[in-house]
Amino acid sequence: MNFRGAKRWLLLGIALAILASYFSPQFNRYYLGVVIDVGIAIILATSLNLINGHTGQFSLGHAGFMAIGGYFSAWISLSVGESIQAFWYFPLSLCAGGVLAAAVGWLVGVPSLRLRGDYLAIVTLGFGEIIRVIAQNTEAVGAASGLKGIPKLTTLGWAFGFAVITVYAIATLVNSTYGRAFIAVHDDEIAAASHGVNTTRTKVVAFVTGAFFAGIAGGLYAHHKQFLSPTGFDWVKSIDIVVMVILGGMGRTGGVIAAAILLTLMPEFLREFSEYRMIIYSLLIILLMLLRPEGLFSFKTQRRSKS
Amino acid sequence: MSLPLLDLKNVTIKFGGLTAVSDLSISIGEGELVGLIGPNGAGKTTAFNMITGVYQPTSGEISFAGKNTLGVKPNQLAGLGIARTFQNIRLFRSMSVLDNVRVAARLHNHEGFFSSLWRGKRWRSAEVETEKNVMELLDIFNLGDQRDELATSMPYGDQRRLEIVRALATRPKILLLDEPAAGMNPSEKEDLMRLIRFVKERYQLSVLLVEHDMKVVMGICERIAVLEYGIKIAEGNPKEIQSHPKVIEAYLGAAAI
Repeated sequence: MNFRGAKRWLLLGIALAILASYFSPQFNRYYLGVVIDVGIAIILATSLNLINGHTGQFSLGHAGFMAIGGYFSAWISLSVGESIQAFWYFPLSLCAGGVLAAAVGWLVGVPSLRLRGDYLAIVTLGFGEIIRVIAQNTEAVGAASGLKGIPKLTTLGWAFGFAVITVYAIATLVNSTYGRAFIAVHDDEIAAASHGVNTTRTKVVAFVTGAFFAGIAGGLYAHHKQFLSPTGFDWVKSIDIVVMVILGGMGRTGGVIAAAILLTLMPEFLREFSEYRMIIYSLLIILLMLLRPEGLFSFKTQRRSKS
Repeated sequence: MSLPLLDLKNVTIKFGGLTAVSDLSISIGEGELVGLIGPNGAGKTTAFNMITGVYQPTSGEISFAGKNTLGVKPNQLAGLGIARTFQNIRLFRSMSVLDNVRVAARLHNHEGFFSSLWRGKRWRSAEVETEKNVMELLDIFNLGDQRDELATSMPYGDQRRLEIVRALATRPKILLLDEPAAGMNPSEKEDLMRLIRFVKERYQLSVLLVEHDMKVVMGICERIAVLEYGIKIAEGNPKEIQSHPKVIEAYLGAAAI
């Protein structure tokens, strides 16, 4: 077994991110923006994949965690003043957003993860809406008119770098003796428990880790669009992320990344047919689900389908 | 006999109006192989589920190695040394043979969240150690060659054996086997009996066996308890059980006596 391999990929990915950010001023600004969108989508989809895919819990509140991280790190950026110039400021503020999202994830997760399946979906759906309504009514973050004037700190390098870290973290976690418990809970909770897996705790860890990375993605999004509006974090956004996970094949990291890229680029390509865009988009999803129900990118790997 | 390893005292469980197990007392000593038999629906699996913490008894006491286990969660009981297999095989369906056992071996691999992310030297040696132990177990049961196969794609008999291997990876003191011979042909049953005896000797386990197949039960059990409608109607060695009038009545009807 090659344990060192994973870390090498991480270093290679980070090196590429640094390289990309060095060359990024030469790129077309529109394309640059789209590529950053893709990076954020990868973070959101892989982190939700840990909860919905690997661990098999159905969360519909990912946009809520994204909002928490986004609003919090944007609020910090608008309050700190000078030190925003420092190189270390941005990753720190992103992590602060991630930590707050994780803390809220813990508060939501501990009571609701004792429940099974559908209940968790309902609780998280409600949670996402609560966050949106709170944002809509809080003057400090712009209330309904949104939070404006957020400094442009998200670069290609940061977006790409954090995407690499997220993918690394979740892939390594799941491929370890510790993290195999996530998959065990997904496959059979009773069997997992009778072999020593603390199922509630495993679910909470998955949920909190997923929320952390969603918070980071929110921070990147806020400093990319430079504007946050509560309506951008409604349940439709959560569904978008869920679709990426389902389309990529629940629990398949590679597939979910590919789906995140595809579903972010597709609306851009369909811009010319703007009136038919949503129709084409939904038709494509229906077709893909009919033709490849196990996920668009499910190849024969060690973890094959359930049926 | 010294202090029993597993001790059930007057255990009763009710589901609504139905009393599934009533006033069951049974104790299993260290290194003993005890059988639990009875017609379908007699409450054998329910008794298993109470011992492993899946169900909480309505009344009565269960203790393991001198410790009261009421209210203790299944995963904690696994840590104390109670391992089980399932009547309808419950392997982790999306995992390989190796990974199925590695999940159980996790109890003895203490690397945590951050250590697994960092993948330092200590983590690596723990992972190597776990894999080595698991492979040793798999090789003993001739499943080593199938390590990378999907567990649920193996033949039925192999899946049953893998369940036993997975239970053993938790390093139990007692092994609860829930109908391990179900669906096996006579020669597979012979192998299974040899296997159970071997496992018991090698790992110095106590075994509690729920089984329908009388040949298997009579062949290997030192002591047998018989349940009918949740009530223990007899207990004794295989000879006594075979000639016990109540047991014959339960299995063949009153007219057979």
